[in-house]
Amino acid sequence: MSLRFQRAIVVGASSGIGAEIARQLAADGASVALVGRRAAELEAVAGTIRTAGKGTAFVAVHDVTQYDTAPPLFEKLVADLGGLDLIVYAAGNLFVPAESEYDFAKDRAMVEVQVIGAMSWLNLAGAHFEAQRAGTIVGISSIAGERGRRTMPGYTTAKAGLTTWLEALRNRLTRYGVNVVTVKPGFVDTAMTQHLVKKPMMIPAPKAAQLILATARAGGSPSAFIPGQWALVALIVRSIPSFLFRKLDL
Amino acid sequence: MSGSLRSSAPWRVLDGFGSSLRAASRCVTPRSLEELASVLAQAREERFEVSFRGNGRSYGDASLNQGGLAIDNRGMDRMLAFDPETGVIEAEPGVTIEQLWRTGLPHGYWPHVVPGTMFPTMGGCVAMNIHGKNCFKAGPFGDHISEMDLMIADGTVRTLTREREGELFRATMAGLGLLGAVTRVKLQMKKVESGRLRVRPIRTRTMDEMFDVFVERMPSADYLVGWIDCFAGGAGLGRGLVHQADYLSAADDPQGVGRLQPDEQGLPPSILGVPRSVVWRFMKPFTNDLGMRLVNTAKYHLPETFARSGVFLESHVAFAFLLDYVPDWRNAYGDAGFIQYQLFLPDDAARKGMADALRLCQKHGVVSYLGVFKRHRPDEYLMSHGLDGWSLALDFAVPSDPNRLWKLTRELTALVLDAGGTFYPAKDQVIDAASFAKAFGPRLTRFLEIKSSLDPDGLFSSDLARRLGLVAPAITR
Repeated sequence: MSLRFQRAIVVGASSGIGAEIARQLAADGASVALVGRRAAELEAVAGTIRTAGKGTAFVAVHDVTQYDTAPPLFEKLVADLGGLDLIVYAAGNLFVPAESEYDFAKDRAMVEVQVIGAMSWLNLAGAHFEAQRAGTIVGISSIAGERGRRTMPGYTTAKAGLTTWLEALRNRLTRYGVNVVTVKPGFVDTAMTQHLVKKPMMIPAPKAAQLILATARAGGSPSAFIPGQWALVALIVRSIPSFLFRKLDL
Repeated sequence: MSGSLRSSAPWRVLDGFGSSLRAASRCVTPRSLEELASVLAQAREERFEVSFRGNGRSYGDASLNQGGLAIDNRGMDRMLAFDPETGVIEAEPGVTIEQLWRTGLPHGYWPHVVPGTMFPTMGGCVAMNIHGKNCFKAGPFGDHISEMDLMIADGTVRTLTREREGELFRATMAGLGLLGAVTRVKLQMKKVESGRLRVRPIRTRTMDEMFDVFVERMPSADYLVGWIDCFAGGAGLGRGLVHQADYLSAADDPQGVGRLQPDEQGLPPSILGVPRSVVWRFMKPFTNDLGMRLVNTAKYHLPETFARSGVFLESHVAFAFLLDYVPDWRNAYGDAGFIQYQLFLPDDAARKGMADALRLCQKHGVVSYLGVFKRHRPDEYLMSHGLDGWSLALDFAVPSDPNRLWKLTRELTALVLDAGGTFYPAKDQVIDAASFAKAFGPRLTRFLEIKSSLDPDGLFSSDLARRLGLVAPAITR
């Protein structure tokens, strides 16, 4: 049995994986609320959806770190969509410090967008879905959250936090018939990863979006690597002892 | 209050006691009159629809408010005054029936009216004008309230008595929390000389016999409640047990005065050796048609098998709060939950109507697991369910195909309306606005006039109010 998402919110829909997920949901006939900071980019995504002529899309300009504005916006979007079947939290940011650079502001920005922003949106969705005893929550975490890596301390911490928080949310909500899906992509070819040097097993964003939606549509509440081959890498990475892991250039 | 409620108030998913309805709301818990007034002012400014919530003992959607602001009255749970000489209590809205009896009983005072559970709050008891097993004699909860304070939508507090603001007093009692926040109640407790009641179970082989026992016993009894085995059909239709209970004087029960201490009232910690807190798990395998048929049959026949067929003494708590015997018993119904449908029929139509109702359930193959029967009397409150008649409360598990149940409840509703009966919103989640309007007629019109004069912007609402057409439907939800 495959779930069909008719009404969806995508937070972080202006580019990258979020934009692709929005397009593919609309291509399947869904009405999609595109949430993001950049109006022009969001309108461009909405434009391609309208041109494709399948589902519908509308734009809501919002900065996920403006936590006070999320609750009224969430309500408005649910009302405008006429209900809600799916929310995808795709907002992400990546700052890689240089060797010997210690930058609180960048670490904080990543935690604010990827952990606290997710808490602000997905608590709202959790209450809504628990009450209606149905719904799917998709959070885009990363394989980066599996270990604390010397090259990206803030990012790996933010993704580990998001993964753990989503696990807790899943453990709260599955008993009420709500699916909470954690997806943990490896390298995906987006603007966010442009400046990274090593990108093994990289996939294009449309492919990542397709795999993520297939995982969500399959139902249930998995925590899944995207693509699945990363599960093996994660297993190895997790089992490397700390005294060796710190010597690796990861 | 920092920031707007819309941005900062936490969300909670609240359910009705039947656990078959739920709603997500923002939830705030004011601790004082001042905090309550400031929450209401803020809510008005942010154009919220506001509902009140106590311990969530209404079965349906009376305390639910999807997308709105739920004010939890349990933050205001202080006993404001108690006079051990007269038994007069003044209490905040979050004070529970349990606090009432624990305060009063050591001084020989028991609440005149208690429902089947000790957890409802004063706010809820007023909003619903609850009744007990002595309704035929003591009337409803409202009859023992002499004064209450009501904070209306503009934040002002009105003191209501029968003499002053009598109409508003009579509209606030049973007013479903739609006129404002009750912030204080003053009530009279009943003097009792013993901590125990004399209880007499009486077996009734038919529905008619149950009516006859009530009619015969009402002049002398203090409490009368009937239990009906809703599975029994044919000649045994409506068979059950009546429990009569009477207050005891010090002369009747010399040891009874020692039983006035709350510790002497307690429910037993275990039932048949099973700790009470987990008993519901043992009930779960029986919470289906076959299991409940067995349980009902056993319950009907047990008194002749065991010694409890005679008269016995029982604490007030044990007799009154049957529903509290098994904590979380509603969980036995599983996630789909159950509904209660309580029929209220006027005296002249009740004998036929109750029997017809039981037959209807059996015809549809949707049989109540519990049937509770009571006698009522009319009262003075505008939206009260009180009538010169009888009620039968039916608990239905929500089946996997709920349409069977909704079809039955529609027919029960038609039966009630044809007989000139009425409805009790504390129990209801299925009546539609047209049926409700038909039952309440001009009283509803007057209630809505009062509401629009006190609350012109429609601040106070609930899922129940929207369903029954007591407020405009929500625009954004």
